[in-house]
Amino acid sequence: MFETFSMEQLKRAFAITKKDLRIYYNKGPVLIFGLITPAFLFLAFFIGRNLTVEELFPGLIGMAVFFSSTSIGPGIVPWETRSRTLERILSTPISVWAIFLGDVLASFLYGLIISLVPLIIGVVFGATVHCWLTLCLSIALASFCFSSLGILMSAYPPSDIPATVMMVSSLVKFPLLFISGVFIPLGQMPLWSRILASISPLTYFVDLIRYSTQQTSYFPITVDFAAIILFALAFLVAAIKIHERTLPQRLS
Amino acid sequence: MRNIIEVAGLTKRFGEITAVDHIDFEVRKGEIFGFLGPNGAGKTTTIRILTGIIKPDSGEAIILGYDILRNPLKAKQFIGVVPETANAYIDLTAWQNLMLTAELYGIPKRERHARAKRLLKDLGLYERRNSLVRGFSKGMKQKLILCMALISNPQILFLDEPTTGLDVESARFLRSYVRQLSKQGTTVFLSTHNMEEANKLCDRIAIINHGKIAAIDTPENLKMKSKGLKSIEISFNKPVDVEAIRKVTDASRVEKLGDKIKLHTNKIDETICVLVNYARENNLKIVSLNTLTPSLEDVFIELIKKKHVGAD
Repeated sequence: MFETFSMEQLKRAFAITKKDLRIYYNKGPVLIFGLITPAFLFLAFFIGRNLTVEELFPGLIGMAVFFSSTSIGPGIVPWETRSRTLERILSTPISVWAIFLGDVLASFLYGLIISLVPLIIGVVFGATVHCWLTLCLSIALASFCFSSLGILMSAYPPSDIPATVMMVSSLVKFPLLFISGVFIPLGQMPLWSRILASISPLTYFVDLIRYSTQQTSYFPITVDFAAIILFALAFLVAAIKIHERTLPQRLS
Repeated sequence: MRNIIEVAGLTKRFGEITAVDHIDFEVRKGEIFGFLGPNGAGKTTTIRILTGIIKPDSGEAIILGYDILRNPLKAKQFIGVVPETANAYIDLTAWQNLMLTAELYGIPKRERHARAKRLLKDLGLYERRNSLVRGFSKGMKQKLILCMALISNPQILFLDEPTTGLDVESARFLRSYVRQLSKQGTTVFLSTHNMEEANKLCDRIAIINHGKIAAIDTPENLKMKSKGLKSIEISFNKPVDVEAIRKVTDASRVEKLGDKIKLHTNKIDETICVLVNYARENNLKIVSLNTLTPSLEDVFIELIKKKHVGAD
């Protein structure tokens, strides 16, 4: 899969990133949507629960990074299949892995930028960050992990209808959100729920944010980091592999 | 290296349909190679295989010595593609589209700026370089696609029905530009169903039908190979009974085309004599008389029909 890896191919992946940012992300409605979705979910689940800013903060950041990093990515490949621009890209000397890595990186950067807004709001409203390094590193890793998940979600079925892929991605995203301890800290959840939570990368991310702001976490932070890295690698490799395999169906 | 493209036993199936069926051909360095066939004959599928977009089920395609299956990146480094449908990014400007393509070929910044500027000027798009492609006409989009295909200075240019849907002026410009590129040493692989275009542009032509190569030769040789297709077109000063003409000549086919009569025969000299005598005997004046050699279109129809009969 990465046998063609070289700095030259990596540069070509950045060209794809630049293109994606220009076409899909650098648009007012997209940026606003990236902020509004987590904001509404946040208000829907936290208003009236009489929680402190510290308690609210992990959920807000978790949702912002999760939703923004997975919002546009799943739609890119179907959209480009339909407009036949994917064919153009495939006729140039760029490896398949570099194309999808480029898509992941665009989504990653968008997730990072969007996460700044709730981060600033949280800090302004009194959330205390005890470990900035853990917070920033976890946001970066989580954003990459969720972006890879977003590209993976468009791999199968190999549809050229963005709406179909977006529907499939919602079917994955919402259950993941509800099992991940975003709304209720892991320690307060029943055992079966905690077992379920452990299969979601969002769980480990929210746990790391709790550690950064409340100095308490359910898992040791090394486990949280290791889990996010492993999920990210698994999603990225699976996304590239499945896309490679489904490209002929997509293009025929 | 004499052959710049070598194709052997190339086959591609889509379910039950065999789109490309064990085709073999070579394209020589510097030539304009026409790939002629009706809709659905397998032209686009062949181009998509040769440009590394889809993989064949069997056979091989060698581009400048690189197998497109085993070494796709190296093979693609030397090619430029103008697909049937203009597929530039409509939400990017012409300049951004060109820069993206150049970056995907790994062309250094200064070089890509210089090339893009030259190409946009050559094709008359420089003034619109900062406009979004969304607002471009079909002709402008096709010119931009040509710029994108040429930004890497490709040794082989693949053109898939490049003039389809273009107005006369844009189509003529595109053809003359392709001719110019060929003179400068670029090998051109042109897929088309436009006989006139193939006849005027191509050094050699492959005719493909139902996924199989029906013939490969120069346009003139293809016409020469055609049997029984020479014809005489004649018109008289008065209406003439076609049946009477049919009786006095031994033409294989006689047809009325407006005020003209077309006779298909290989005995051109004899038939003209008979027609002149017929005019004299019936007190007619010949208004026009032309002898016609078979056109590429005649050859094409003959080959396609032959295949159909064979299939039946």
